Amino acid sequence: MRITQGTFSFLPELTDAQIRKQLEYSLANGWAVSIEYTDDPHPRNTYWEMFGMPMFDIRDAAGIMGEIASCRKIFPRHYIKVNAFDATRGRESLRLSFLVNRPPQEPGFALVREEGPGRAVRYTTRAYACERPEGERY
Amino acid sequence: MNAVTDTSPSEGPEHSAPAPLDLERAYRESQVGQVLDSLERDLVGLAPVKRRIRDIAALLLIDKLRGTLGLSAGAPALHMSFTGNPGTGKTTVAMRMAEILHRLGYVRKGHLVAVTRDDLVGQYIGHTAPKTREVLKRAMGGVLFIDEAYYLYRPENERDYGQEAIEILLQVMENQREDLVVIFAGYKQRMDTFFHSNPGLSSRVAHHIDFPDYSSDELLAIAHLMLEQLHYRLSADADAALRAYIELRRDQPHFANARSIRNALDRARLRQASRLFERRGAPITREDLETIETADIRASRVFAEEGAHEH
Repeated sequence: MRITQGTFSFLPELTDAQIRKQLEYSLANGWAVSIEYTDDPHPRNTYWEMFGMPMFDIRDAAGIMGEIASCRKIFPRHYIKVNAFDATRGRESLRLSFLVNRPPQEPGFALVREEGPGRAVRYTTRAYACERPEGERY
Repeated sequence: MNAVTDTSPSEGPEHSAPAPLDLERAYRESQVGQVLDSLERDLVGLAPVKRRIRDIAALLLIDKLRGTLGLSAGAPALHMSFTGNPGTGKTTVAMRMAEILHRLGYVRKGHLVAVTRDDLVGQYIGHTAPKTREVLKRAMGGVLFIDEAYYLYRPENERDYGQEAIEILLQVMENQREDLVVIFAGYKQRMDTFFHSNPGLSSRVAHHIDFPDYSSDELLAIAHLMLEQLHYRLSADADAALRAYIELRRDQPHFANARSIRNALDRARLRQASRLFERRGAPITREDLETIETADIRASRVFAEEGAHEH
């Protein structure tokens, strides 16, 4: 099951040239770009691991593309996303966030039913990948 | 189609040949002329430097034109070395160079990142590589200016981390030519030794530009240019005094060409301000405010030492 998280996630995977264009756009707007990775695909998993510091004083996308390449090299089977942070007063939040890497196999989620008191049933999802410990999931 | 068959055979080759390339138009469109003109206007002296930069700009423009015909000679090596004494305008020229390269499309952003050894070399094992990479990342798309580059290499200490920075630098200079141009700067002699002991670096630096010292007349012209930008002017006597000051200052230790002149003018401004402040009862005119008098310059330490020698 293909995970859809962040911007462009219903489009085919972005090529490097397309990623670079998005980065150029972010930099032109003065947004700081950062890279994060994880191997927990749950949609509520908001806090991913940071790959290096957010890049605040970068002028050209080439440097970020280099960082993405080295992150992919270290975590070839993780989810990797690129965030663009807008530091404008009053905004101070992400303006753009999209996946640039995903595992080759994504087993998807199991539906878990929990019987409550009476006839109540609570539902939740659990990623099949999360049955194994962190770092061995994909 | 008909037009081609109608032409006489002698005109045939002309038709098949592409339209002559418009060098003038390419030059105008790149707007590099403006930068070169302002280089000529704003920088006093430095004739050999200006000539070399014109040459490089011409080469790059022609290369670009050749590229449009598919006569590509590969990405040209643009890394440079600026050698010369302090205050001869290396950083200023590097900034202009970044602009020229940007206008010609050889660097994408055209900003200048000026660093020294401290910004590249770490303090403990494993600290250098991330630090150097961080700087390189910042400089991508522009020009990396390494001032006093010879400090990177310390032959007397074989465990010095500078070598590591040089190696990373080399790798990027070679593999990411289209992303980054590196300019090394420093004293002529020490740079020569530096390049001599790092042949890999030397062979990747295509342009060596030497910055000559300024003559006294040029320094005076620079002083006038600086004062003009600050909306000051020299009285006639002060002009002579400044000339004498330059002559004396040249022979003293730690003379840093234009930088020494800037510092001297800053101090003269200080003295002018306190001179005006002293007589604050009297009315002050606009002329008073913008004129630097002889006394402001004559009060310098340089003249005092000269007097001391005579006695």
